[in-house]
Amino acid sequence: MGDPVILVAKWLEQLLAGWGLSASQVNVVMTFIGVLVLAVFVLLLDIFMVWVERKVVARFQDRFGPNRLGPFGLIQPIADVIKLLIKENITPAGADRVVFNLAPIMALATVIMLWAVIPLSPTVFGSDVNVGVLYVVAIGAISTLGIIMAGWASNNKYALLGAFRAVAQVISYEVPMVISLMVPVILARTMGINSIVQAQSVWYIVMAPIAALIFLLSAIAELGRAPFDLPEGESEIVAGFHIEYTGMKFGMFYAGELLHALTMGGLFASLFLGGWRGPGAEAYPILGIIYFFIKAFFIYWVIAWVKYSLPRVRIDQMLNLNWKVLTPLALSVLIVTALLDKLLAGAPIVVYVLSLLAANLAILLTTSRLLRRYARSGRQRVAQPAPIATPERAVAISPKQNASA
Amino acid sequence: MTAMPILFTLVAALTLGAALLVVTTRNLVHAALWLVLALFGVAVFFVLLSAGFLAVAQVVIYIGAIAVLMIFAIMLTRRIARDAGPQVNPNWGWALLITALFFGGLVWMVFQWPGALATQPELNPALDTVQELGKALVSPGAYLIPFEVASVLLLAALIGAIMIAWERK
Repeated sequence: MGDPVILVAKWLEQLLAGWGLSASQVNVVMTFIGVLVLAVFVLLLDIFMVWVERKVVARFQDRFGPNRLGPFGLIQPIADVIKLLIKENITPAGADRVVFNLAPIMALATVIMLWAVIPLSPTVFGSDVNVGVLYVVAIGAISTLGIIMAGWASNNKYALLGAFRAVAQVISYEVPMVISLMVPVILARTMGINSIVQAQSVWYIVMAPIAALIFLLSAIAELGRAPFDLPEGESEIVAGFHIEYTGMKFGMFYAGELLHALTMGGLFASLFLGGWRGPGAEAYPILGIIYFFIKAFFIYWVIAWVKYSLPRVRIDQMLNLNWKVLTPLALSVLIVTALLDKLLAGAPIVVYVLSLLAANLAILLTTSRLLRRYARSGRQRVAQPAPIATPERAVAISPKQNASA
Repeated sequence: MTAMPILFTLVAALTLGAALLVVTTRNLVHAALWLVLALFGVAVFFVLLSAGFLAVAQVVIYIGAIAVLMIFAIMLTRRIARDAGPQVNPNWGWALLITALFFGGLVWMVFQWPGALATQPELNPALDTVQELGKALVSPGAYLIPFEVASVLLLAALIGAIMIAWERK
């Protein structure tokens, strides 16, 4: 009784078999229905996300948010969607028509494709491929392609500059993200996301808090959300790669971004917060779906919390954080986790968990010490009086020196 | 298993068509995008051969890294996005001959192998191919030395790139 989804699927299978379809035909039809149901569910969730996003930002900014249409403004997103659908679609002059129209489809489709490997409950998941984690990375790679296509096909230099910024950011932050994803893979000894969830008798955020933090930060950067929203810096490049998009084409980018944030929340929940795991989830899989979405929305809320609390970083700060902090940190966490995992093979689970936690805390402490020292030396350097015209400086920039250099 | 030949033919036609368009289209960005489609078709072949890891690695490396790098290079180079020159140079006959010989040789080699016309055997579903691949890469009896040599090569390339980009003070 606790698993209505599978119940309905079983009933449908019997119905199709009753119509005289062979087992393999039933399988094909059921797969199509499954894909359709999951994609439609995710897209409906996306409409709801518009409301969630606006309500959350309103609370952070001490406002009410949408509150006129329906209870709590719940019908507002429907009105938004209708507005987007009936708006005029403008294709800029000189745009590459096919690529221009393909880009928003890719932006939304790649996000929906991610849901294929995220397990919603012990029994409801798209596909339990044994390379799930790597699949997520591969889909991320295809989504960068959509950004480039949008920026290039718009025939607008701001769109192209925005696309360059976005792709540079996404590709750089993919490095720490992939390395941090390897930590749960080591702990679970599999890349299948459902198997990783099943292996989490103790949530991995306890054993790998640093990897979780790095994953969250690089996910925010991949989403292009504040504080990493340089790709759409309004004062510099207007709105980034989707500046030329109007109507529902823009709506697809917007929907893709919102859904991507929830998808990252779902991935984080599956990899570090135990996914669908919770009291009674094994016996009543329907509870697993509820637990999963509570966790996913919590992480989504954390991402929104960061977005509406922090100002935008500069591009050099963004790159420094990635290459000088997150990447070395992720590499050291990976090495320490792998070594400890090998050393503690066969140790009781309590010892295993506590020593991994202690190692993570030690790394965190060292990192914060190093960062504090680095920041202090930076502040001292800036605070030093630096007169422009001193004899040494005059020598340093004299033409003779330049010629010899 | 009747669906497999149809799927294979469709994907093969798509891949070859995209590959043909890579070399015939005038617009270089379009050529790069067709290349992405061709590479994606190769990834689908890996899926059809139940080599999921290779399929995903193909997408990550060829589409995520190489194709994006090529598109960047095309976009950052001025005035080459539209190629107005001739599409072949005078050596095209020789190139065709060598390509034909090479292709014929490959086909001949494949048919020398006894398993060439065999149907794909069913994989044991309990077997985790990724784990088997991982073990093979680090076991001394299998591919440990090629694996380590490849990693040393990649490390050398990485250090070389840093040395080139190093700002001399």
